[in-house]
Amino acid sequence: MNLATINIAAILPTLVLSVVGIVVMVAEPFVGEQKKSNLGWLAFAGTLAAMLSLVPMANNRGQWYSNLWIVDDYDVFLDFIFLLIAAITILTSMDFLRREELNHPEFYSLLLFATAGMLMMAASNELVMVFLGLEILSIATYVMAGFRRADLKSNESALKYFLLGSFSSAFFLYGIALIFGATGSTNLLAIADALRSSKIQISLVSLSAALILIALCFKVAVAPFHVWTPDVYEGAPTPVTGFMSVGPKAAGFAVLFRVFLTAFPSIEDRWGSAIWMVAALTMILGNVIAVVQPNIKRMLAYSSIAHAGYVAVAFAATSDRGVSAALFYLLAYSLMNLGAFAMVTIISRKEDKLVNVTDYAGLGSKRPGLAAVLSLFMLSLAGVPGTAGFAGKFFIFRAALESRLVWLAIIGVVTTVISFYYYLSVIVQMYMREPHDEFSDVRLCGSLKFALVISAAGTLYLGLLPTRVLDWTTTAALR
Amino acid sequence: MLETWVPVLIFFILVAGFGTVSLVLSYAFGPKKPDARKLSPYECGMRPIGSARERFSVKFYLVAMLFLLFDIEAVFLFPWAVVYRDLKLFGFFEMLLFIVVILAGYIYAWKKGALEWER
Repeated sequence: MNLATINIAAILPTLVLSVVGIVVMVAEPFVGEQKKSNLGWLAFAGTLAAMLSLVPMANNRGQWYSNLWIVDDYDVFLDFIFLLIAAITILTSMDFLRREELNHPEFYSLLLFATAGMLMMAASNELVMVFLGLEILSIATYVMAGFRRADLKSNESALKYFLLGSFSSAFFLYGIALIFGATGSTNLLAIADALRSSKIQISLVSLSAALILIALCFKVAVAPFHVWTPDVYEGAPTPVTGFMSVGPKAAGFAVLFRVFLTAFPSIEDRWGSAIWMVAALTMILGNVIAVVQPNIKRMLAYSSIAHAGYVAVAFAATSDRGVSAALFYLLAYSLMNLGAFAMVTIISRKEDKLVNVTDYAGLGSKRPGLAAVLSLFMLSLAGVPGTAGFAGKFFIFRAALESRLVWLAIIGVVTTVISFYYYLSVIVQMYMREPHDEFSDVRLCGSLKFALVISAAGTLYLGLLPTRVLDWTTTAALR
Repeated sequence: MLETWVPVLIFFILVAGFGTVSLVLSYAFGPKKPDARKLSPYECGMRPIGSARERFSVKFYLVAMLFLLFDIEAVFLFPWAVVYRDLKLFGFFEMLLFIVVILAGYIYAWKKGALEWER
């Protein structure tokens, strides 16, 4: 081993996030109470710097560090999504933390560490590295979910997430152990090579693939592994819920695509139908149960399950078109869902008051600007033409039809129609019901405005001019 | 054959000598304020006899957690020390970086008051 094998540029974004995270953490005790939010801006600058360092990383394609680390277009695109998610979450949480008297800058460190874990997951070419990234992400997220320490629901959320998360980590480890036993390697390309030869115990490999699939399905919250989602999302602080509904989900799908389409394509006949069923079940369950949720955080939790189902449809297509559609959808979904959760953060009061759908009654007449932005996000989540949600769903269903998954596409369209009911019911509340609250103490500070502008602009841009991003995802999906 | 173990013998003597000297010095110069708790076996503030099912102060968990963290990080030094000759300067700086990261955590824990029992 010598210094020549080290390629700093290939890991630069991860490195930047980790260093800024440590700096924020160490600086925290030395900074006075008034200046704590400056550390939030420092963390935000860290995510921007990491985004800039994607450029030198993209110029260092290939496999690095004993083939543990891979840099390709797929990785760069996902890293961009992750960093965008982190930046918007920081902007959303700054005012929230002040309001809830939780102004501990450790929050930003945890967020940066979680994001570094996601970057590792997207870039790993090796199951053990995936596991490492998964744990870095998960442990930071468990802590963030319980960040409102004095609140019982937040505690419940963190504990449930921790118990089920570690349970699924055990599945993942068991899967790695079995695949190592069967093929003698944990490197994805080496596994793929080994599977093409005939001297493999196929039952052992299938079992391992099943265990890894179960673990990742837990993380991305698809049915029937979704049961933890509503409770965890409801109890966690709202910006954290927004982060959890997009960040770990996108990272989980990044790993699912990478592992199953790189390492296990030769046994697709064994896992393909499982993905089909997971996708169908997730779309139906998520959308149908979301209809009856009075709490908007729970409603968005079931909606996030449903959206994971749409991405699973793209996964079931197992084509480059499918991967490209999934990448596009992950970006679109991240923007609109973070926007929706930013709005929930704005409307809700201290200690999670006013988080029912009926609390939004009359927002349209009292605060027309906010109501219009929230309507945009709801319409986009529902998939109305002209928004990011429509473009994303369109590409996914097209990829499904090209792979002859006609029934999956039909289920997708039908459940999308069901989803209109609960997304539009928020809009109905805002514009067609009498207000029972003045919304006079709704404050909209600069950082939140910034977050809303980014997500709204992104939602509209992806909806109206999807071509450029679609071209990017198409090159990212090619192997 | 036996000569190869002379450094180990010297090491043993040094260790025993250092231990004895520091014990004697602390016996001679250290302040002595014995009380019943301090003189109890396994002096740790717990009554060693009785039911184990009692509530522990949460402070124990914090100390245990910090101990585990730094202990595990110290364990990483052993494999590094074994291959130190092969790694040369690269290994030195790599471990320096690792220790700086641990140090950052240590400073954080210290400044947050995690190392103070009474607060």
